[in-house]
Amino acid sequence: MSTLEIKDLHVSIEDKEILKGVNLTLNTNEVHAIMGPNGTGKSTLASAIMGHPKYEVTSGEILLDGENVLEMEVDERAQAGLFLAMQYPSEIAGVTNADFLRSAINARREEGDEISIMKFIKQLDKTMDFLEMPEEMGQRYLNEGFSGGEKKRNEILQLMMIKPKFAVLDEIDSGLDIDALKIVSKGINEMRGEGFGCLMITHYQRLLNYITPDHVHVMMQGKVVKSGGSELAQRLEAEGYDWIKEELGIKDTNAVVEEA
Amino acid sequence: MTVETKLALTAEDVRSFSEAQGEPTWFAELRERALAEVENLDMVKPDKTNIEKWDFFNFPAHTVESDTYASLAELPEAVKQIVDVEGQQNVYIQRNNTPAFLQVTEELAAQGVIMTDIFTALKEHGELVQKFFMTEAVTVDEHKLTALHAALMNGGVFIYVPKDVEVAAPLQSVFYVDNADASLFNHVLIVADTNSKVTYVENYFSGVASNNTQANIVTEVIARDGAKITFGAVDTLDAGFTTYVNRRGETLRDAEIDWALGLMNNGDTIAESITHLRGDGSVADTKTVVVGSGKQNQNFTTEVRNWGKASLGNILTHAVVKDSARAIFNGIGKIEHGATKADAQQESRVLMLSKDARGDANPILLIEEDDVTAGHAASVGRVDEMQLYYLMSRGISRTDAERLIIHGFLEPVVSQLPIEGVKKQLIEVIEGKVK
Repeated sequence: MSTLEIKDLHVSIEDKEILKGVNLTLNTNEVHAIMGPNGTGKSTLASAIMGHPKYEVTSGEILLDGENVLEMEVDERAQAGLFLAMQYPSEIAGVTNADFLRSAINARREEGDEISIMKFIKQLDKTMDFLEMPEEMGQRYLNEGFSGGEKKRNEILQLMMIKPKFAVLDEIDSGLDIDALKIVSKGINEMRGEGFGCLMITHYQRLLNYITPDHVHVMMQGKVVKSGGSELAQRLEAEGYDWIKEELGIKDTNAVVEEA
Repeated sequence: MTVETKLALTAEDVRSFSEAQGEPTWFAELRERALAEVENLDMVKPDKTNIEKWDFFNFPAHTVESDTYASLAELPEAVKQIVDVEGQQNVYIQRNNTPAFLQVTEELAAQGVIMTDIFTALKEHGELVQKFFMTEAVTVDEHKLTALHAALMNGGVFIYVPKDVEVAAPLQSVFYVDNADASLFNHVLIVADTNSKVTYVENYFSGVASNNTQANIVTEVIARDGAKITFGAVDTLDAGFTTYVNRRGETLRDAEIDWALGLMNNGDTIAESITHLRGDGSVADTKTVVVGSGKQNQNFTTEVRNWGKASLGNILTHAVVKDSARAIFNGIGKIEHGATKADAQQESRVLMLSKDARGDANPILLIEEDDVTAGHAASVGRVDEMQLYYLMSRGISRTDAERLIIHGFLEPVVSQLPIEGVKKQLIEVIEGKVK
């Protein structure tokens, strides 16, 4: 079993503090959902875990099986087993999806032990088939000209090919129609199990109809303010966030605006 | 200090060289006139690059004698990488200044297609060569270097595709340098007659470190009415060459020339790629990739000039500049008066990989007609941090991520090269340069 621990994490962007002491522990074989209104720092948490260059961790810790993640470069974090399905994946012209994926897989293997092209293609075809992606998407340039839904599906394709220990999914459900949402969920559910842990960030309970989380956390004003089981998500869906604000005495006046 | 136009060869030298080649009188006279004009003509003026201290006139040897190859199997291994020894049908190999190997299929000959070295062409197809040699596309008296080229021409190839003939397989030339003293005053003349179609790919390829010498290359590509020419080139001349390379296209009515140019020389280079869209409805697409490295100083001018009505010109230049290299990219779209419904588009993107590198994209649109469309986009920047972050978040190292992004950036031209070996070679050259 692997563990990802986030301890009292404070994160700023351009000297503005967004995260104000986040605590969270994930184990493999667990699916966590983080919910919360816009601008409460959910995406900032995702970016800080992966090491986005614009976010500055001012204090706190992120540990992966006791190793200090914050000292690692972005690629080292990925090699250590972290994955972030991004809300806005970059488009990279001239680099085919397949070539990119093969580079990502080979980056995890020793020189001279690269994955055979046949084996790679077989695995890619199978996974794309599972995600109902047309074969030509392997030869298209990485995310270039992809629709919003295609980009999300492509993030899940990468997740399934790379097989990380922990995946953070940043609003993987945004902009998806119901059919695409089902396929993306199918991919995530396929990954579930021993050796895989997941942190899903979402505004909407809708995603959780397809992926039942083991734990649900609510973030407000840069902190995790409430945690519970999947029933918490259902209550949020039914009643919104006001009851939590009331319960905790949170006022909206100083809500954080930034949500990259 | 200005380098003087002191010529290494006298009129007498040029005359005896011409005689030794058995050239027709008209060509000997053309050389002589050209040589006399070098002195009086202006120097070429590449915009925004000061070439006052560049030496375009000195070289260790005007011609060197080299052995020929009896078969493609005898080619050096490095050249075999770019020529498909088994599969390439029509190929001309020039070794330094010597026509070293020529293979033309019977089928091609039966179609009336001419593919031969320039000296043989002067002897055997004199009238055709005379009609097109520096008459329509490039003229002798444009400036000192075109005149010098005509006077000292010491190699090249002539290709003629007759009316209505479509050449299916690409024709290939390799200009291979393995003598450190060799200079290249190389002339490539391609004429595609009415409604014909041909694909041509050339390599300038160094297998030796050259001794401060010259490459003065003029390439004339003429597409007559309705003809289509696809032209690919990969230049990888050694740093010992100072290069002036002029590739000029002419399209007549409804003709098309598509250029895919990998300009990867290692020395200081002035490169002009200009197409004149003379005929109505004619098209030129010029795609260029460049990697500048070391202390190279380079100037690239890509121009499409619309003369014909509803003519379409498109320019795409993607360049990477690293180390302390300098490179200027002039992109010019010029629509002449009367060229109604013409379209001139261009895009120049320059990626700078180090803080000492200097790159400048200089887009120019000159429009003398109202009823036209035109557009340009230019940018000079660094590798996008968000793209790097994205790739690295998948476990790819910064170095490899940067390399992927650069290869992707240069891909629009690489993918256009019609010969697989040449495409692979260009990828490897890029790999070697950006590493």
